[in-house]
Amino acid sequence: MNGVHDVGGMQDMGPVHHEQNEPVFHARWEGRVYAMNRALGAWRKWNIDTSRWVKELFPPADYFRMSYYERWYYGLLKLLTDSKLVTNAEIESGKAAKGSPKMTAPLKAEQVVRTYTQARFEGRNRAGAPARFKVGQRVRARNMHPTGHTRLPRYARGRVGTIESDQGVFALPDTNATFLGENPQHVYSVRFEARELWGEQARPHDTVYIDLWDSYLEPL
Amino acid sequence: MPKGKKPPFGRRGFLKGAAAGAAALVSGPEAGSARPSVQDHDHDHEHQAVPSDLTLRVKALESLLVEKGLVDRSALDAVVDTYEHKVGPHIGARIVAHAWVDPEYKKRLLADADSAIGELGFGGQQGESMRVVENSSTVHNVVVCTLCSCYPWAVLGLPPVWYKSTAYRARSVIDPRGVLREFGLEFGDDVQVRVWDSTADLRYLVLPERPANTDHMSENELAGMVTRNSMIGTARVKS
Repeated sequence: MNGVHDVGGMQDMGPVHHEQNEPVFHARWEGRVYAMNRALGAWRKWNIDTSRWVKELFPPADYFRMSYYERWYYGLLKLLTDSKLVTNAEIESGKAAKGSPKMTAPLKAEQVVRTYTQARFEGRNRAGAPARFKVGQRVRARNMHPTGHTRLPRYARGRVGTIESDQGVFALPDTNATFLGENPQHVYSVRFEARELWGEQARPHDTVYIDLWDSYLEPL
Repeated sequence: MPKGKKPPFGRRGFLKGAAAGAAALVSGPEAGSARPSVQDHDHDHEHQAVPSDLTLRVKALESLLVEKGLVDRSALDAVVDTYEHKVGPHIGARIVAHAWVDPEYKKRLLADADSAIGELGFGGQQGESMRVVENSSTVHNVVVCTLCSCYPWAVLGLPPVWYKSTAYRARSVIDPRGVLREFGLEFGDDVQVRVWDSTADLRYLVLPERPANTDHMSENELAGMVTRNSMIGTARVKS
């Protein structure tokens, strides 16, 4: 979707404010929202692409008005109700529906440190389609405007780049986000000359690397 | 919930639309009807101010989730504690310092970051498909996520607010030198600026240049000099 989240290349955003000695969370509720997102992810009712997609659906003005963890909070409500783990009525009342079964949380405190600091995951090693492109090959990012989730940023569409490396095989977010299948594909780091993306105002030698799925690209 | 405050999800919109299911949202222009709406929200959010009742809403949600057995409160405590006290830029700093003192390790780190980081006992979610990119006198790397906030949690912890800000995400790809200047970094035309937009599940760590006159320093001392921003690409390591 040509959504509000796809901000690469916008220019009217003001300076980047950086805070010295910034805390990890600026308020207790931020940490709780973050932790609830992580702990609920262990139910495997949605995936990381789904959780990105729901945050792309906020009305644009709300998206910009909300703080970062506010987006996580409202995104989580949508994930919880979409997946039927929680009902609207329960959220509004703050109480579990009468007669609803007590469940057993999949993430235990004693698993947290190990999971978040040690565990290895499937990551790039999915089995899947063969690579259509080779390192060094010139490619064009497709000019596509799907109405669903995608990770091909607008600023790259239609632009020509070079395959810099093949990063392995990953689930395709465009279908994975909405449970339409993983459709595993190779992901490449594609090197774009800054001038190809931005024209003469960019420095001649500067480059932008974008990680793109196989089906986002076409051969030249 | 404070009296007189309508929750933004109370009316048609956000949660009612949620029931339509994510798959329906990709199907066409009707998707708009299923969009979440928080337009009832009656707080001034300008400048990303936090509504005071969000604290209460989050508490209420946590209580509900605990009551239903969907989360263990102790697990939530452990997640917060992990990112406040255990996982953070000190991990990335140890990886960088080790690469500075051990050229063979550096080679492995640049060729296969996952294995090399695993050698030091680090890993974990949002860090399982890592890539390390090296700065030099002629190349400066900087990392961004224009679409959301992708960041190598396992080696840097959670990202700072500026990294997640619209300004940084928007401008880093079109005007990286302007952004870097705001961080106090200026480069001539002899330096190539490489921006890495983390659009997929690869997570990037910048290997900054080792400062001059640090030959006498131990690996631990070197690690102590390496800042978070230097591993994102918005700072140099200063001796």
